[in-house]
Amino acid sequence: MRSLLTSIRHNPKAIAGLFILLVFVVMAAIPNVIVSGDPATDTTQVNLGMSGKHLLGTTAFGQDIWLQIVHGARPALLIAIISGLLATVLSVLVGVSAAYLGGVLDDALNLFTDVVLVLPTLPLVIVIAGYFSQHSITVMIIVLVITGWSYGARQLRSQALSLRNRDFLEAAKVRGERSSYIIVFEMLPNMTSLIVANFLGAALYSILTASGLEFLGLGNTNSYDWGTMLYWAENNSALQTGAYAWAVAPGLCIALLAAAFALLNNAFDEISNPALRPVRRLRVAAS
Amino acid sequence: MRFLLRRLGFFVLTLWAALTINFAIPRLLPGSPVDAMMAKYHGKLQGASLHAMEAALGLNNHQSVFQQYLTYLKDCATLNFGISFSNYPETVSSLVGQAIPWTLGLVGVTTVIAFILGTGIGALAAWKRGGKLDSLLPPIFVIGTGLPYFWVGIVLIMVFADINPWLPSSFGSDNDIAMGWNGAFIGSVLTHAILPSVSILVTSIGGWVLTMRNTMVTTLAEDYIRMARAKGLPSRRIMLDYAARNSVLPNLTGFAMSMGFVVSGAVLVEYVFAYPGVGYQLVVAVQNEDFPVMQCLFLTITVAVLISVLVSDIMTALLDPRTRSAR
Repeated sequence: MRSLLTSIRHNPKAIAGLFILLVFVVMAAIPNVIVSGDPATDTTQVNLGMSGKHLLGTTAFGQDIWLQIVHGARPALLIAIISGLLATVLSVLVGVSAAYLGGVLDDALNLFTDVVLVLPTLPLVIVIAGYFSQHSITVMIIVLVITGWSYGARQLRSQALSLRNRDFLEAAKVRGERSSYIIVFEMLPNMTSLIVANFLGAALYSILTASGLEFLGLGNTNSYDWGTMLYWAENNSALQTGAYAWAVAPGLCIALLAAAFALLNNAFDEISNPALRPVRRLRVAAS
Repeated sequence: MRFLLRRLGFFVLTLWAALTINFAIPRLLPGSPVDAMMAKYHGKLQGASLHAMEAALGLNNHQSVFQQYLTYLKDCATLNFGISFSNYPETVSSLVGQAIPWTLGLVGVTTVIAFILGTGIGALAAWKRGGKLDSLLPPIFVIGTGLPYFWVGIVLIMVFADINPWLPSSFGSDNDIAMGWNGAFIGSVLTHAILPSVSILVTSIGGWVLTMRNTMVTTLAEDYIRMARAKGLPSRRIMLDYAARNSVLPNLTGFAMSMGFVVSGAVLVEYVFAYPGVGYQLVVAVQNEDFPVMQCLFLTITVAVLISVLVSDIMTALLDPRTRSAR
């Protein structure tokens, strides 16, 4: 664990990702301290440009855009983190048990994973969401978890396979430990960084897919998620009327949050696979 | 051969899974949305249209579920997807058939470009490891993979169609030019394809670059590379014939696996640009609650992804002798 923290400290991508994430976590935790007010309030001043009073201007409904952006951080992070966590748990369950059990069960689980993996997720998600007349955050998370676990399961399975015949696992088997003990206390700790990388990947997938759905109007259109903001911006021709901040700011936030997860994910890939790390120049030789 | 047969088996199995999911979703979800839908359409739909709706939603109460499933499979096999609700009396298959060439052209061509370009850049970055290219590009592409497809489209429209009216922002071609194999129409199609294509390119290329770079970095540590260097082969030849050639295979497998993601992103891009392909049609069908069209489109997209997976499997088999020497 300690060495993991040190590796994070020495990885510029991880630091950049953590910093962006921290900013959004603060936004999500204390939106009312950053800017007070209700994002639904109609100021009766529509389509204002940027100004001191309304940092990013107002929407076609007279709502303050900056206020909505700040309040959008909480649902975005909630969706990303909850569905990322649940999808990772599912990936670990399927991937690691497939590798550990081996044989027919492994083949079956592996086949199942591959089938889920190649099914195009967004069309599937759109179709599922299309049948629901009520769009809530819970439905969204369920759909994201069902479609988002397969990639991680595949990666975890292959790492677990490479661990399976190591000596320390053999030793544990000879000691007579139960399979569940070996999986949880012997195998998983050796896969920490890949599991973390998977969580970050799943969170990235969730934030992008969720905002895509919201943008299509398949989220909760009464909320102030960033994707929903884009949905209203698009429906009110924000671009054509010159309300650029309305169309750009929410998307920029989605992109930044996603970039934070992507950078961290990549950093953890590097941490778990030293071959990928950037080469350090030898300063001694040069001088 | 064994490898290809196994992959063919996988193709059939996945296709069956997709068909079954498509059949099961409306029947498994809580009854209220379906009931609400029926109440909404009550009295508005008649004859074939009502029948299509009932079939799509699984309301054919006089048949058992298993019988319905068989009928459904038979209908899918004969491409009989019924009649569209919102574009009555057009058949679903003809509606979807009109959209397929657009998506095939846009997403197909863009994906191939992204693959070739991304693999090339990735190979170069790995070859010049630690150089300027390698320290600058990967972080940029990592961020690129996190960009929301549709938002990239919105920004491109803003910059290149709105602020600077250089390129068209929506539709597949100009309305006043008749479809046909003539210069004017083809030119119009091409200019309309630029912005959507760039949106897909910008967001999907990063994946290829990073996979290629990471695989090639591992390949470069192999002994046969050191051997090639020791033999004094020109470095160009080592890079292309030794390192890149051996690294492109995992990227090709990755290509197959990520087709689903690319197609998903393309759905949103098509919607942003009102591009008349299957993705745009899918979203419109969902908004109009046009279930027969929705189901047919989901199947079409899935089949397209599965075929591209199969094609990349065949290419892997051709390129990699190990897959041919069957287990």
